[in-house]
Amino acid sequence: MADGSIGLWTVPLAVFGGAIRVSTPFLFVSLGECITERSGRINLGLEGTLVMGAMSAYGISYLSGSPWLGVLAAGITGALLGALHAGICSLPRVNDIAVGIALMLFGTGLAFYLGKPLIEPTAARLPAIDFGWWSDVPQVRAALRINVLFLIGVALAPILYWAFKTTRWGLLIRTAGESSDAARAMGHSVLAIRLRATMVGGFLSGIGGSFLSLFYPGSWNEGLSSGQGITAVALVIFARWDPMLCLWASLAFGGAAALGPALQSVGVTSGYHLFNAAPYILTLAIMIITCSPKRTLTGAPAELSITR
Amino acid sequence: MEFGRISRRNLLQGGAALTLGSAFGMGAARAADTTIGFIYVGSRDDYGYNQAHAQGAAALKKLPGLKVVEEEKVPETDAVEKTIESMINLDGASLLFPTSFGYYNPHMIKMAKKFPKLRFEHCGGLWSDTDPKNAGSYFGYIDEAQYISGIVAGYSSKSGKIGFVAAKPIPQVLRNINAFALGARLANPKTTCQVIFTGDWSMPVKEAEATNSLIDQGVDVLTCHVDGPKTMVENAARRGAMVCGYHVNQSPLAPKAYLTGAEWNWEALYPKFVKMIAAGEAIPNFYRGGLKEEIVKCSPYGEAVSAEARKHADDVKAKFLSAEGYAVFKGGQLDNKGKTVIPAGTDRGQKDPELEKMDYLVEGVIGATS
Repeated sequence: MADGSIGLWTVPLAVFGGAIRVSTPFLFVSLGECITERSGRINLGLEGTLVMGAMSAYGISYLSGSPWLGVLAAGITGALLGALHAGICSLPRVNDIAVGIALMLFGTGLAFYLGKPLIEPTAARLPAIDFGWWSDVPQVRAALRINVLFLIGVALAPILYWAFKTTRWGLLIRTAGESSDAARAMGHSVLAIRLRATMVGGFLSGIGGSFLSLFYPGSWNEGLSSGQGITAVALVIFARWDPMLCLWASLAFGGAAALGPALQSVGVTSGYHLFNAAPYILTLAIMIITCSPKRTLTGAPAELSITR
Repeated sequence: MEFGRISRRNLLQGGAALTLGSAFGMGAARAADTTIGFIYVGSRDDYGYNQAHAQGAAALKKLPGLKVVEEEKVPETDAVEKTIESMINLDGASLLFPTSFGYYNPHMIKMAKKFPKLRFEHCGGLWSDTDPKNAGSYFGYIDEAQYISGIVAGYSSKSGKIGFVAAKPIPQVLRNINAFALGARLANPKTTCQVIFTGDWSMPVKEAEATNSLIDQGVDVLTCHVDGPKTMVENAARRGAMVCGYHVNQSPLAPKAYLTGAEWNWEALYPKFVKMIAAGEAIPNFYRGGLKEEIVKCSPYGEAVSAEARKHADDVKAKFLSAEGYAVFKGGQLDNKGKTVIPAGTDRGQKDPELEKMDYLVEGVIGATS
């Protein structure tokens, strides 16, 4: 310990730290997609929203000097992209999955185009809160430098769980997702509900993107997301459309992402490609274990185009 | 537009031939009419591989009579052939630099056969006798600069542990890792160099995680071989570690933590190429070099570098620049499994083809190639 090394403890600490550092974008995108899908629509475009959010947050933070304005801008950008998705899907006989794929490509392409001049400059970053003040071990202190967005995300999961269960808004979203006829019979516009749900989903995904560019890894470049948005959308299915399960799944994915580098750092060097693929192997394994040919996925909103 | 260009070119050449008629006049007239095309696989301001080439292109823009056209984010597919053709047909480019490894074969070779009068220069490819004569490949022995970085890192590390964030275990990357470790062990023979492979050239989250894991292990000086070193540099500096850069000078990103770095020196090489063409000399089809040939260079030392480190690094640098040169990979070298990989008594100089096949990590490196 005298040389500042913590030996094999690096691995659990890195997985723990990784769960906190890497999970936030997963958490925000999956919670956002959870709201959208509960209303009966799939927005696959969130990968594009995530990247656009990252880019606009970085740009606004750079221009204004305030990272929080950047976060807000990312949210608004996300909400606008959500509105675009919902607007196109409101037209008759439009497939939401196809629109989502188009918007994913549109979002990433637009972000790369507009983000061109932002690769080089360094923007103001979001601050971290030091929760590791009690520890003398620098590694623990580093792992416990936690960003507020992570805490907001963690708090949001139980709030959403509660909101879906007990509030009027939650009921309306679920009604639109389970039976659009019932929602219409109640006198509500299904399209309006889905528009709002998709906008909120986009808003959260945009904020998830701002975490990538403004906190960790903490700068804008084109490889920044490397598919995290699309992974997070898959994660919602994996989490059975339950916000609390989204939280645990995001943490697991974050921790799994840290596993490969951490194992290599303590000398477990064989098969690092396999460890790097850990999150995806985990997804496949759980999908296979929980699938059944006899019924549709439990918890799946009945109005989703994939279950209908 | 195309006809206008051709007639202008003929006019210029004809005019130059008539009025001056000398070789000098011909050269100047040709230079005034040269358009050079640069093709990058990523963004040209990525603080990395592509920016290094773009700096070379920027050096050409400053020269009189040259026009530089650039295209970024061209994938290593048929797309590069279309880009080359449009640069030739629409912009009148007569010298092309497709700078990414995957452009070489078959794409650039195909284009060189199609346009036998134009010149193609590729970075990183291995030109062989069967390839067209108007195509060439150039590359630098950047491991020499990594060796210098290693010496500085060896002096600067308090824990005796340095780290390397690497993309893939291919010969070029292994050569850099080994040179960095050997340099550090020259400064402090007890130094160990821990390597983490991220699996691909641009994986910002993995690179950040690798950086954090290394620092958690007590590593206090890091370098990397990935496309964009920005993530590693910024995250390491935030954790209070020192860094050595790669590709270009990253000191603006972390002025206090930046020790030195291994940089490409394309801004010296490209004007040299253009001068050779203007003078009517042939550029060797297979062009290689290191510090002495000014193809690679070291970043200026950061303020944290001690006088002792500067002196030792400068001494070794002087040996690289000397007429007899200096071999990073000396005889009697063991790998990190205890096997002799370079037999005693045979130093492997920079041009030794054996080094291009490197598949081991030297003694003192913690990590494995598979």
